[in-house]
Amino acid sequence: MSRVFVCGLGAVSPAGWTVAALREVLARGEPLPAQPLVRPGWEKSLRARLVPDPVPRPAFLAHPRLRRTSPVTHYAAAATVEALARLRTSDAPRRRLGVIVCLQSGCVQYSCRFFDEVLKGPATASPLLFPETVFAAPASHIAALLENTPLAHTLTGDPAAFAQGLALGVQWLEQNRVEACVVVGAEENHWMLADALRHLEHSAVIGNGAGALCLSLDPALSLGIELAALTDVHPYTARRSRHHAAQAMRDQLPAASPNELLCDGLSDSPRANAPERAAWRDWTEARLSPKRILGDGLMAGGAWQCVAACDAVAAGQFEAANVSLVGTSQHAIGARFVRAPLNTSNSPAGPTVGSISS
Amino acid sequence: MMFPAPASPATPPRVVITGAGIVTALGLGWGKNAEGFRTGRTAFRPVTLFDVSRQRVRVAAEVDLPAVLPPTRLTPHRAARLDRASTMLLLATHEAWQQAGGEPAENIPLVLGTTAAGMALGEAYFLQAVRTPYRRQQQPSRALYYQAQVQGRLVADALGFSGPVTVLSDACASGASAIGHAWELLRAGHAECAIAGGYDALSQLVFAGFDALQALSPTVCRPFDARRDGLALGEGAAMLKLETLDHARRRGAVVLGELIGYGSTIDLHHLTQPQPQGGAAVASMTLACESARVTPADIDYINAHGTGTPLNDSAEAVAIQRWAGERAATLPVSSTKAGIGHLLGGAGAVEAVISLMTLREQWLPPEIAFETPDPACNFPIVSRPQNAQVEVALSNSFGFGGVNATLIFRRAK
Repeated sequence: MSRVFVCGLGAVSPAGWTVAALREVLARGEPLPAQPLVRPGWEKSLRARLVPDPVPRPAFLAHPRLRRTSPVTHYAAAATVEALARLRTSDAPRRRLGVIVCLQSGCVQYSCRFFDEVLKGPATASPLLFPETVFAAPASHIAALLENTPLAHTLTGDPAAFAQGLALGVQWLEQNRVEACVVVGAEENHWMLADALRHLEHSAVIGNGAGALCLSLDPALSLGIELAALTDVHPYTARRSRHHAAQAMRDQLPAASPNELLCDGLSDSPRANAPERAAWRDWTEARLSPKRILGDGLMAGGAWQCVAACDAVAAGQFEAANVSLVGTSQHAIGARFVRAPLNTSNSPAGPTVGSISS
Repeated sequence: MMFPAPASPATPPRVVITGAGIVTALGLGWGKNAEGFRTGRTAFRPVTLFDVSRQRVRVAAEVDLPAVLPPTRLTPHRAARLDRASTMLLLATHEAWQQAGGEPAENIPLVLGTTAAGMALGEAYFLQAVRTPYRRQQQPSRALYYQAQVQGRLVADALGFSGPVTVLSDACASGASAIGHAWELLRAGHAECAIAGGYDALSQLVFAGFDALQALSPTVCRPFDARRDGLALGEGAAMLKLETLDHARRRGAVVLGELIGYGSTIDLHHLTQPQPQGGAAVASMTLACESARVTPADIDYINAHGTGTPLNDSAEAVAIQRWAGERAATLPVSSTKAGIGHLLGGAGAVEAVISLMTLREQWLPPEIAFETPDPACNFPIVSRPQNAQVEVALSNSFGFGGVNATLIFRRAK
């Protein structure tokens, strides 16, 4: 059995363009204010938690492949670059990298814009927009940005599919197809997404951004975090409800322990939360719910949970962190990260205890 | 647990195909498609699914869906949620499953490749949201069922599959990526059988997108022809049942062919254009050959990606010649997109089934429209129906964004 280490974290969220910004907002524990999102045809706005403009604008966004891309690619690229910072300053910056981008809605801004142009007049619809509507576009741009990337794939699914991305990354590492693999979950905002979410979960507030984990088998690159477990995939089927799947996932992770954190996916929607809340009713220890603070980031939300869990472990606050990914429409999967020996002193600061509710 | 997983077998098991389902504009099922591909029939006609009156190109290869679907476990209410794309996926999966014996399928993984999923539902959502902003009717259902994983779960429920659904979206390589991923799952010991393939339905956004890029042929789709001027779009689905050879033997299944190699790389050159020297394509074919333990000399037929665009076919031609060396001069190549169009996320899976047909029935699928050899393509293009001895077939799929995937199949013995 291989040991898999987390060697970098990255995040873009309504809190800002770094893991540090995410950490700070989670530490405060207060939901970020929702902003109005104009919905064409309505006098009333929708609500969303939006990623602020980066200040200063990251230099890598001037890369030729990133100049005209959609926000989801910018977010995914920024989280990836942050997650790889440690690797790139290590003694082996040219390691073969794998890239796995996980998306639920993907490039929705350019898709809506392009379709709108098509409806107005196909002859004038921009050929520059269409390629950016493809799910595979962010992974392609990130691979081009990183250069030494022999493999890049895109997974789509509900937010728990981020754990499928982690599993695929582990597989590539174990097969020695890559030496490090960044798994990134990302989403961008659009009124249509907020509108759709309103239909499915009335009280949910949409968010956007990205989260990234860099995995490696090399303990020398470890941030002090080890991937200890990914549960089985527990699908929702005609005969197995979301409640049952969430419980089966929970049953594969350990009982509550004083030195452990639960990073769950609870959001502003009581109905959507019910299966996950029931599955973890026995958890009496520290708990962190990033989506309540940042909004429902769809796939980015699943990634934020993992990033926040790893960051808390890396900071030394917890021996381990369990991540509960109870997806909206596909499956429930759990992940567990534990503290691993740190090989360098380059560790992140980590959240304060005040960010965690017990 | 997905991780840590049980130890992989010391020697990866052989993986065979025991079921194949296919839906294209040539028809529903193996029989009609095999006849169409063997004779080089083409299936293009004016588009009826959406308005193309203002488009530069107005033809595509549309599928005629059956009036009645095969019986499934779906309630009428849920069956009504099947859109065009998921209906094609259901038909292909049903055929593959039936052909493989239709045994109970607890916990069987379903690995799907798609690039558009329920795009037409997304388009309908957008139109209603903009034109009648306060009308709610059907919007919740569209918001849910346009997503590939929901379509996958619907089809899984229809056929009683209770295993995980994984969706790969590597643009036009999606179907091949999905089959390759399933192959790796089986070889790593994570499962003994899996259902994998790809699907995509025609949609207005995608059609207009390729037209905006001026990638659609205003004449006839002629891959590798010197006068080629673009691709034609199609729609469809194909699914395979993969299982370890031991598992297939234990249950006495009929083996259609063996998947012996898979290679995947990424071309970093450009979002929509391949590197002219075909470097990533060479690497993809090389990796597939290494995993299959064959050389170009062992390959009897290449089902090329061959979209019919000047840039794709030039780069693939260079790649085939670089990879195959002297063998290229005698290695039969054709692109079946000449008959059914480019199926995007479904292409790699449909072409995998066509490769199985060549192995099983010992013929090569011709490109009837091919007329003028391109001096840059120094390999024989199959342009007339012909029988042939095919022991090993290779299928290429190259996607927007640069994911290249190659599958290699061997004839069942």
